[in-house]
Amino acid sequence: MKVAVDNRGYYGKFGGAYIPEMLYPNVEELRQNYLSIIGEESFKKEFDHLLKTYVGRPTPLYFAQRLSEKFKAKIYLKREDLCHTGAHKVNNTIGQILLAMRLGKQKIIAETGAGQHGVATATVCALMGLECIVYMGEVDIARQKPNVERMRILGAEVRPAKSGSKTLKDATNEAMRHWINNPVDTHYIIGSVVGPHPYPDMVARFQSVISQEIKWQLKEAEGTENPDYIVACVGGGSNAAGAYYHYLDNKDVNLIAVEAAGLGNNSGESAATTVLGRPGVLHGSKTLLMQTDDGQVVEPYSISAGLDYPGIGPIHAHLFDSGRAQFYSVTDEEAMKAGILLSRLEGIIPAIESAHALAALGQMDFSKDDVVVLNLSGRGDKDLETYIKWGRY
Amino acid sequence: MSTIIIKNRIEQLFEEKKERILSVYFTAGFPDLNDTSEIMRHLQDSGADIIEVGIPYSDPVADGPTIQESNKVALDNEISLKLIFEQLKNIRKSVDIPIILMGYINPVLQYGVEDFCSKCAEVGVDGLILPDLPMQEYMDEYQEVFKAHGLLNIFLITPQTSEARINEIDQNSMGFIYMVSSSSTTGAKSGISSSQVDYFNRVKSMNLKNPVLIGFGISDKESFDQASEYAAGAIIGSAFINVLKKAENLQTEIKTFIQSIKGIN
Ligand SMILES: Cc1ncc(COP(=O)(O)O)c(C=O)c1O
Repeated sequence: MKVAVDNRGYYGKFGGAYIPEMLYPNVEELRQNYLSIIGEESFKKEFDHLLKTYVGRPTPLYFAQRLSEKFKAKIYLKREDLCHTGAHKVNNTIGQILLAMRLGKQKIIAETGAGQHGVATATVCALMGLECIVYMGEVDIARQKPNVERMRILGAEVRPAKSGSKTLKDATNEAMRHWINNPVDTHYIIGSVVGPHPYPDMVARFQSVISQEIKWQLKEAEGTENPDYIVACVGGGSNAAGAYYHYLDNKDVNLIAVEAAGLGNNSGESAATTVLGRPGVLHGSKTLLMQTDDGQVVEPYSISAGLDYPGIGPIHAHLFDSGRAQFYSVTDEEAMKAGILLSRLEGIIPAIESAHALAALGQMDFSKDDVVVLNLSGRGDKDLETYIKWGRY
Repeated sequence: MSTIIIKNRIEQLFEEKKERILSVYFTAGFPDLNDTSEIMRHLQDSGADIIEVGIPYSDPVADGPTIQESNKVALDNEISLKLIFEQLKNIRKSVDIPIILMGYINPVLQYGVEDFCSKCAEVGVDGLILPDLPMQEYMDEYQEVFKAHGLLNIFLITPQTSEARINEIDQNSMGFIYMVSSSSTTGAKSGISSSQVDYFNRVKSMNLKNPVLIGFGISDKESFDQASEYAAGAIIGSAFINVLKKAENLQTEIKTFIQSIKGIN
C-alpha cells in the first residue's frame, strides 16, 4: 500500500475539496500549479537556500542520553524547536510564500490558534515585503498575548475572529471568508495538513524536509536510515506528516501519532479526534471530525492551543483508518509533566504540543535497542505563561 | 406512496413564469424554534415564488455575519435536521410553491444521504443547495440518489467562474443556476456596481439552458428590480433575516417586506 494523495485529492476515503464555488477558482489555480512550481529548479534552490540560511536547517538530530536511560530505548530528538520562530511551522510558510509570489499574489492571509503559524506567516511576509492579515479567535488572542504582539511587531494585522467559539476553527472560517471576498490578489497560507486538496499534500511536501533530514542524520548516527519508531504530536498534523513523509511506505518504521486528550477522553474536554470523531467534512476536506449526532462541529479542548482542533488532516485519518499509524492520547496533566521532565533531563523546555509527544513515550513498550525519533516540533517560550500557571516544577 | 410522477415544482414554476421570480431564504428554527412553517406560509401568502429553508450549521463559511448569527441563534434554540423534517411534515397541506433546502454538506452526511433524500421527498422538498458539495463529487456520488427522489441540485456560479466551467455547470444543472452577484459571502455588499453589470451581461449573453437567479447582496426593491433585468429573478436572504430578527408580528412584517420588494402596496 502506498500512502499518497490520489488524483482526486483523496487519501483512501479522506480528503477531497469540499469548498463553495466562490473558492473554486483559487483552489483550482493552486491545484493546477503547485506541483509544477515546487518542482522548478529555481523554486527548489530558493526554498533550500532560505531553509538553510534563514530558518537554520538542517535542524539537529540530537541523541537524548538521559531521556533514553529513563525510557530504556535510544531516543533521538528532531530539533524543530530550533527553527527560526520556534517551531516547524516556518518550513511551510516559506514554501507557501514562494509559491504565492510565483502565482502573482500580493497579499497573504492566515489563521492561527496558538499564534505559532501566525508568527511564522507574519515572519515570511516581512521577509518578502507582502501584506499580511492573520485571523485569530478572540479567545486565543486573550490567552496568547505575546504571539499577538510578535505578529504586530512583524507588521502583520491581527484580526479577531468573533464568530462561533472564537478559537482556531473560527479563525479558519474567517480566513476562508476573507478569501471568498478577496479572490484575486490574495493567497491563503493554511498552517497544517488540513483544508481542501491540494493543501494537505502541499503542506506535507513542504514539511517533508524533516524526514528527509532524519534519514541521513540517523544513518550517520546509527548506521541505518530507519528508526523503529517515529513519534509526533498531531493537531492538524503537519509536523507529524513531515516527520513521517519519507517513511510512509516503509513498514519497518512504526508511526506513532499523539493526540491531546485534554482532561481525559471521557471528560467531555478533549481534542483526541480519532477517539471521539467520526467521518465528516470541515474546512474543505472529508476527515475524522468531532461532531454532534446532528453533524454540528464540537468545540475541542486541550491545554495546548496548537492541538485544540476538532479535526485532523485527511492523511492522518487515513493512517488511522488503515492502521498504518498508531494513535495515542495524552492528557494535559501528562503533557505538562513530560514538559518538565524534558526540561530537567535534557535542558530543553518544549512547546506543550511537543510535550504531548514526549508523554506518549511513557505509554509505550520499548526493547533496549529500539531506535526512536521524536519530533520536537517547537520550543516552550510561547508557553511560559501556561507552565507558570501550572506551577508544579 | 403514490407512483404518479409529479412534475418538479421548480421546473413547473420556471415554465410558467419567466421574470421577476422572487426566492426568499431564511434559517430554520429562527428567530424562534417553531417559527419555520409559519414563516413559510406567510412567504407564500405574501407572494414569494420560491422558499429556501436554511439548515443551520456551526461553521457556515460561505455566509456573512447576518446569516452566521441566525444559524447560531437557531442552533442555540436546539434546531436539528431531524426537527426540521418534523416541522415540514405537514407543510404541503398549506404551501404549494417550490421548497428548497439549503445547507452545508456535513449535517446531511451525518443524517445519511439516502435517508435525507427520502425524507426530503416525503415532506415535499423540490431542490437542494449545498454550497460545499463540489460538482464532481455530486456527479460521482450523489446525482443518482438525488434524482431518484426528485430533488434538483442547484449549483452556484460567481464572477470568478470561468466560461468553460459555467457551461459545464449549466450542462449538469436542473431547475436554475444560482448566480452569486459578487465575490463575497452572503449579505456582504449593497448596491450593484458596473463591474457586476458586466458580469450579469456576460452570463446573460451565454444563453444558458437553465434560467438564472441572482443572489447575495439583493436587499430591496431597487436591487431586486436591477437583478431582474439580467436574470429570471433574484434571491433575498440576509435582508429578510434582518426583518425576521426585528419582527414583532411575523405575518404583517413579512407581508410588508415581500410586497415592498415586489412593488405591490
Ligand atoms: C510547536 C507546535 N507543535 C505542533 C503544533 C500542531 O500543529 P501540527 O499538528 O500541524 O503540527 C503546533 C501548532 O500550533 C505547534 O505550535
